Amino acid sequence: MFSLIPNKTDIDFVGRRHIGFALSGFLMLLGFYAVFMLATGKAKLGVDFGGGANLTVILKQPVEVQQLRQALGSGFQGADIQRVEGASTYFVRMPVASGDSADVLLQQIRDGVAKGLAPNAVVEGSVEYVGPVVQQQLWQKAIWAIVISLLCILGYIALRFDFRFGVGALVATFHDVLAVLGIMVVTGHEFSLLVVTALLTLAGYSLTDTVVVFDRIRENLKARRTEPMAKVVNDSINETLSRTINTSMAFLVTVVALYFFGGPVVHSLSLALILGVIVGTYSSIFVASPVVVEWNLRSPAKR
Amino acid sequence: MVKRWVVILTVLLTGGSLYKLYPGWFKGDFSSGWKPALNLGLDLQGGTYLKYEVMVDQIPKDASGKPTVDPKEAVDRAIEIMRNRVDGMGLKEPLIQREGDNYIVVQLPGDKDPDRTQRTIGATAQLAFKLVSDRYNAADYVDAAGNTREPLPDGVELMFDRDTKEPMLIETPLLMTGEMLSDAQVDFSGSQFGEPEIAFDLTPAGGDLFASITEENVKRRLAIILDGVVQSAPVIKDRIGGGRGVITGQFTVDEAKDLALVLRSGALPAPLEVVNKYVVGPTLGADTIRAGFLAAVFGTLAVLLYIGFYYRVSGLIADLALIFNLVFLMGALAAFGATLTLPGIAGIVLTLGMSVDSNVIIFERIREELRLGKTVRASVDAGYKHAFWTIFDSHVTSLITALVLFQFGTGPIKGFAITLSLGVSISMFTALFVSKAVFDARRASTTLSI
Repeated sequence: MFSLIPNKTDIDFVGRRHIGFALSGFLMLLGFYAVFMLATGKAKLGVDFGGGANLTVILKQPVEVQQLRQALGSGFQGADIQRVEGASTYFVRMPVASGDSADVLLQQIRDGVAKGLAPNAVVEGSVEYVGPVVQQQLWQKAIWAIVISLLCILGYIALRFDFRFGVGALVATFHDVLAVLGIMVVTGHEFSLLVVTALLTLAGYSLTDTVVVFDRIRENLKARRTEPMAKVVNDSINETLSRTINTSMAFLVTVVALYFFGGPVVHSLSLALILGVIVGTYSSIFVASPVVVEWNLRSPAKR
Repeated sequence: MVKRWVVILTVLLTGGSLYKLYPGWFKGDFSSGWKPALNLGLDLQGGTYLKYEVMVDQIPKDASGKPTVDPKEAVDRAIEIMRNRVDGMGLKEPLIQREGDNYIVVQLPGDKDPDRTQRTIGATAQLAFKLVSDRYNAADYVDAAGNTREPLPDGVELMFDRDTKEPMLIETPLLMTGEMLSDAQVDFSGSQFGEPEIAFDLTPAGGDLFASITEENVKRRLAIILDGVVQSAPVIKDRIGGGRGVITGQFTVDEAKDLALVLRSGALPAPLEVVNKYVVGPTLGADTIRAGFLAAVFGTLAVLLYIGFYYRVSGLIADLALIFNLVFLMGALAAFGATLTLPGIAGIVLTLGMSVDSNVIIFERIREELRLGKTVRASVDAGYKHAFWTIFDSHVTSLITALVLFQFGTGPIKGFAITLSLGVSISMFTALFVSKAVFDARRASTTLSI
């Protein structure tokens, strides 16, 4: 049998839960800060939530962003220009008033490149424009999607667990979503529909990790009624450690492949999922179960 | 015992999936090669997505100030007209549909000339025949740059010529509209140098009206105006009977064709405004599809190798289940006619990651049971039995969020939600039952490589 994790581990996770609580507190603060930034409109938004035009241009020859900016001239001073690493593909993000002016921009880029960077030329361009009406609709849809998935998850947890475990699972799920949101926003990644998608997917996935540990705890609690709960929980975490790590590793290799090969469009999605798997694995060990233990130490539940 | 229904279902699903993915193979036609029969999203094959708002408050009003068309009907009519225009341009597999009350979504996969498409299908195409003022001279009111110098006199409006950009003062009364047109075609015969013109035919009533307009206004210039721009303003030499006319100008052949098309298909009942647009060029689409394919191949290989290496023979059994999952998922996408997008491909890759989770949970449990000294048979059975509800739960949670995303997602996100929810559902079958069937088939063996 090949194993990353030794068969019998005896790590005192529960005893060291305060370290976890401190780290998680910090991560959740990041998350709340991100929510605050989003609510006050200070976070960097994708074109779907932020509106405006997002132009993609492929040049014949790769040039530095600085050169492209110079060639485009003063009309593009406010533009956010990014280059796809190692390619001759560029994203130009600009606020515009209408769908037609987005096309005008593309034409201006073609002209600017033809004039300022000749013999280089735009091989192809694509335009994405999101007007204020649609922008609002997308916000609404995203918020509904988040609210409804959270309600569904809550309902599911209520059906599946008794109260304390339910709260533990819920805290862990919230923790994961907030932490990833926080890291994404603070590191300056665009908040877009794909990031929301990733966050919701990860909410579902992170619950899975927690379920695996909780199932084992409940199985053990039934069998070892006389032992202190903290001990039973800690043993359960240790017993399922290899599962917890291994399922995450399998999932991680797929998202890492997505991150490196999937192209710039799914970068934010795969990055959020990579972070999510790591945070989710951590939280099912250091957050979900310790919350239940902590609660029990303060007011013991009947078993 | 190997469960018979599992084997039968697996065979049926495999056959069905291959049939849906490679319909040609079953007719002896292998020209499609390995390219599956899947609908590709705009992000993968290039094309145009446009969302229009029908500006219902700008529907022309009658004398009493009531809109001439009911707003609801206006949207339906606009869709009908746009459909005719799209068909007239020969675009394949167009999708034109109403969204909400006042929105129209147009999707044109494989559209090669998005600028032209937008100009043509989105044109309001209000054709108006009005007289050029002979009392006032535009040069007295407008400077060379086209800015108004003085307030315009009553009863005239300022318009510009399409080709020369020359300002013109046009008398307000509307003599005739495009509704009187019965047909419009490109014509090369009229001009000396074979330049394209648009020849139009009028309805019988239109023909009579046109004859009387021209009769009453001989020697005056008649402006033919499309969406507020003067297309041409010829001098009326004589009464024009016969119900025919031409619009001349410096048109390219394509422009003339498109103009004839919009005139033929009629005017939109209200102007449209683009509220959302997504135009992808074919090269970019090809880049994206390559990236998606690479990600899918490497993601799949990584997972197959990881599990195969970690769990040895049992891992290979899990790999087999994964491959079935992948085939069924692709087959289901083809069967439902779902559209594959890049996030959709990401969904496929994630499905594999989640699906393999189930096998990890089962195998780790089997290892535990083996460590307790149970026999191979008992351990395998216990592994599957104990892991069942855990796996069921993990799939349900993923399915919940995938379904919500499906409900609220648009375009590419929907593609992600579709592949994820289908994949997760299929994984329940492949991870729990297909892999178990293989273990059951090897029941006689007393050793297990795990």
